[in-house]
Amino acid sequence: MSFYAFIGALEQGFVFGLMVLGVYLTFRILDFPDLTVDGSLPLGAAVSSVCIGAGLNPYLSLIPATLAGFLAGAVTGILNTRLKILHLLSSILTMIALYSINIRIMGKPNFTLLGKTTVLDSLATLGLPSWMAAPALFALITILAAATLIWFTRTQLGQAMLATGDNPRMITALGVNTGSMIVLGVGLSNALVALCGALVAQNQGSADVNMGVGTIVAGLASVIIGETLLGKGSITKMILAAVTGSVVYRLAIALALSFKMGSFSFAPSDLNLITALIVVAALTAPKLKGSRFWKAAA
Amino acid sequence: MKRLTALFAVVALALAATSALAQQKVVSITQIVEHPALDNTRKGFMDGLKELGVDAKFNVHIAQGNAATNVQIAGQMLDEKPHLVLAIATPGAQVSAQKIKDIPVLFTAVSDPVGAGLVKSMDAPGGNLTGMTDMPPVAKQLELIKTILPKAAKIGIVYNAGEANSVSQVNAVKAAGAKLGMSVVEATVSNSGGVFQAAKSLVGACDAVYIPLDNTVVSAFESLVKICEENKLPLFSSDNESVAKGSIAALALDYYAMGKQTAAMAKKILDGTKPGAMPVESLTNLDVHLNLKAAKAQGVTVPEDVVKKAVKKFE
Repeated sequence: MSFYAFIGALEQGFVFGLMVLGVYLTFRILDFPDLTVDGSLPLGAAVSSVCIGAGLNPYLSLIPATLAGFLAGAVTGILNTRLKILHLLSSILTMIALYSINIRIMGKPNFTLLGKTTVLDSLATLGLPSWMAAPALFALITILAAATLIWFTRTQLGQAMLATGDNPRMITALGVNTGSMIVLGVGLSNALVALCGALVAQNQGSADVNMGVGTIVAGLASVIIGETLLGKGSITKMILAAVTGSVVYRLAIALALSFKMGSFSFAPSDLNLITALIVVAALTAPKLKGSRFWKAAA
Repeated sequence: MKRLTALFAVVALALAATSALAQQKVVSITQIVEHPALDNTRKGFMDGLKELGVDAKFNVHIAQGNAATNVQIAGQMLDEKPHLVLAIATPGAQVSAQKIKDIPVLFTAVSDPVGAGLVKSMDAPGGNLTGMTDMPPVAKQLELIKTILPKAAKIGIVYNAGEANSVSQVNAVKAAGAKLGMSVVEATVSNSGGVFQAAKSLVGACDAVYIPLDNTVVSAFESLVKICEENKLPLFSSDNESVAKGSIAALALDYYAMGKQTAAMAKKILDGTKPGAMPVESLTNLDVHLNLKAAKAQGVTVPEDVVKKAVKKFE
């Protein structure tokens, strides 16, 4: 893999690390399979882009984008906890609704940011070379988000949320409303995903209503790869694993894109197959390792 | 002495030959998704450059519709240090415009380059990029419908509101239709499964159906043909592949020919012309494709002069 491809993979890994943190929060902590993300990623992109188009500072545009994501997640949570709709279905309903809403927000399916100032341009004015700006900024934001999330899990509220996923009966007995915890948790998760979408749009030069397709697959793949590499353990370790998983996943994709062995190279159409194989490998690796340990112990 | 001169001549020739070999151009291509029209564009481009005598090495990247991969490909292309980047369709063109500043970028099969933010104006793109638009000649298509169906006043359109290309095309139909006294009845879908339902909603609500270059709808074209034939509703398309499948007529955009015309632009850029100074081009040759069997099934008699004009006929 060459230099630009490597840097590009780091950049994608870090920016999508925010999304992976969100997926980790619902999938692992709340035990809530959430497909809202396929819609909240373009939602964040749409809100941020429209704000920039209207002349708002690109950094400030991240705030309404993140809030919009929180709202979308909260809707999924409310559909599930208050209206008693199955979690998976609740998230699918929000996701398809967001498709129409995103087109409403942008007024069209694709909103261009070409020629507009983005968060990356302001770094370039500081003298940072353009190839370094994106990975550096995205790494900083994602690490900050991970740190905030770690801090949050140590607060009383965070502890209540952890317990909601682990043992809802116990936490109800302690007088915590699990419904509110789920609404808050799914909201926070989608806030992270929307923030990711806003940054992705600014990086690629446009927001597109179809840009969220497959987000959940990449998110789950990254969470699983991270767990395989770092192993399960404390929440802090798992949150770091989610970010690591995101970076490794994008590196694997970049490696597959540039793979050549003699006259053999992957055809572009093999990419989806490769993605599936990476996830299967990540899922089975710990089991294989486990079985060897088991044999050694026996 | 003569021998020495001859030897020098041979050496000079050999050097010229090797430097000619070193002239091989590297062209990196990014395409958002595999799709017959886009694949034909790519093929036309590669064949076109070869016919123009350009020795090029092609690096083809296809993002499989994935936004993240689309961005990663831009990085990959920077690495390949190409003499030219070719971006097929809007998403690849936008990310190339954002990320690639020092290499000429040529886009093709983009419906609305100004709306997509790629160029400031069609005549003077500026910067390091230019290209070709595949915006169909909507006004001429409506005129063709008018010639075949003089009484048609309401045109039904089925399209995916999530495809930027379709939305700009539908807006163009509305503008051109207003001048011809035609109004538009819209039926939108979000996936190809919805096409059947959307087509049904148009029965009785319009005089003819016109399908823009919409990936979602074109991939479910058979269900449209079925409903239009059952209800004697005339069906028109923008691409010639759909005429073969059962629309009455199209002023067809030949994507292979568009690829070739893009190759001619690429040759100019590789020979040193600045892309920013080259106006955005559109396809110059348009052919009428006609399906008389479909016309009969949909209860339409095609006027003789249109039949004569048709370059390709299905009977």
